[in-house]
Amino acid sequence: MTTQRVRTARPRARAVAQTWSGVAAVLVLAELASRTGLLPRRYFPPVTEMFAELGRQLTEPSFWSAVAQTLQGWALGLGIAAVFAVPAGMLLGTSAVRYRAFRVIIEFLRPIPSVALVPLAILVYGVGLESKVFLAAFAAFWPLLIQTLYGMQDVDPVALDTARVYRLGRVERLTRVVLPGAVPYVATGLRISSSVALILAVTAELVIGSPGLGREINAARVGGATDLLYALIIVTGLLGWALNALFAAGERRVLHWHPSQRDAR
Amino acid sequence: MLDVSGLSKTYGEGRRVTHAIADLSFSVSEGEFVCVVGPSGCGKTTLLRCMAGLLAPTSGRVALRGQVVDGPPEQIGFVFQEYSRSLMPWLSLRDNIALPLRHKALGRDERNRLVEDAVESVGLTGFMDHYPWELSGGMQQRVAIARALAYQPEILLMDEPFASVDAQTRADLEDLVLRVRTAYGVTVVFVTHDIDEAVYLGDRVVVLTPPPTAVQEVLPVALPEPRDQVETKELPEFAHLRAHIFRSIKRKQDDTPDLPAPT
Repeated sequence: MTTQRVRTARPRARAVAQTWSGVAAVLVLAELASRTGLLPRRYFPPVTEMFAELGRQLTEPSFWSAVAQTLQGWALGLGIAAVFAVPAGMLLGTSAVRYRAFRVIIEFLRPIPSVALVPLAILVYGVGLESKVFLAAFAAFWPLLIQTLYGMQDVDPVALDTARVYRLGRVERLTRVVLPGAVPYVATGLRISSSVALILAVTAELVIGSPGLGREINAARVGGATDLLYALIIVTGLLGWALNALFAAGERRVLHWHPSQRDAR
Repeated sequence: MLDVSGLSKTYGEGRRVTHAIADLSFSVSEGEFVCVVGPSGCGKTTLLRCMAGLLAPTSGRVALRGQVVDGPPEQIGFVFQEYSRSLMPWLSLRDNIALPLRHKALGRDERNRLVEDAVESVGLTGFMDHYPWELSGGMQQRVAIARALAYQPEILLMDEPFASVDAQTRADLEDLVLRVRTAYGVTVVFVTHDIDEAVYLGDRVVVLTPPPTAVQEVLPVALPEPRDQVETKELPEFAHLRAHIFRSIKRKQDDTPDLPAPT
């Protein structure tokens, strides 16, 4: 029993060590490059100073309100996108006629970079939260719509025949067979849309100046606070990582039955 | 009880038309075990789907106790060849088997009893809360059979149900089907491309021609009951029947020019 545990524990410990050794190596190199003057210190402060600044920020209420504002834009944008994209995907995915009727519109609107809508957003919504939410929602809408649509179309014909032969009604076929089968697609769509919504929220703050982390990054640049600039960039990265981890954990719970998650049990 | 008369099914139209079934007639009596056997691509699955009301025939009709079948009738249970796709991976065994029972006017106790009896009769007691994908292929097909049994059909339609399991499992499942057929008193129509399987299981064997498909012959199987994997297959009658069907299919195949077989 004990030997077995050691045997399984050792490779895991080694895997963790391998993962973090790469991170440590990059951080040490960056630190040395800055300290030795290999990289101009004015633009590339040592990593330790970035993290020291980050540590200081963690005690500042203004920092936390910027985080909250960014997250607010992200959450509202993603939420609004989900409210529209999932039902729209369900409607389009269950009817070949509807899909054909709207396909061209979707294929036209989808490739528009959301950033191209910044002037429109300012024109219509001004420079506040609404603009940020609009941009995030627009960008997050498409991946979620497409994923939901694919999920509805990918229903297994044998599962559908099974439902029909056992006389499940239209509504039940939808709720008991088609929708559960589409959930993995919707989950993937949500994870992609979440990243996109965060990117657009920060972009709106940077470009339009809506309150949030993006605006703080710009302010740090203007004020020449390079340490702070990097600290905030690190925070946006950590935020994206944390949100992705959150969705991945949610998927593991909801989709425990799905082939992609079965090994994780 | 179940009559197939003048059934034909064509796919496509114009020059790309495929005659899957040309003209099929046969009937199944109450309590009978009928095996339908034919060369691959002869429209066996199409026939079974028409019988289940999943597919509308191009002409002719399927009638259940005189009623024309124009949609899945509630007296019919179906076991698909693709068990892993026919079971819902997000539902446990219990929920998979109970899924078709939602529309039956049953109390909760009654429903649970039906599910538990069916699971017991296929020998999967203790796996109730497992998910289908945690089980082997043979066990998954047992779940699909249990689901059909719990539904309490008068007729069980089985579409090459054991085509994708190994030989030993297949023999076990064949005997399982014979057992539950008696226990549940159900009429069975069993489609297979395996002549031995058809002779071993059936009270009668309907032999189909290659496409465009018609009935080549209908053979009564006068083998003693209960059937036994070793003893039944040792009998001269068994060998005689399987040889007869084999030659019958072979002869017909040699007669007909090679047509692209629809899948």
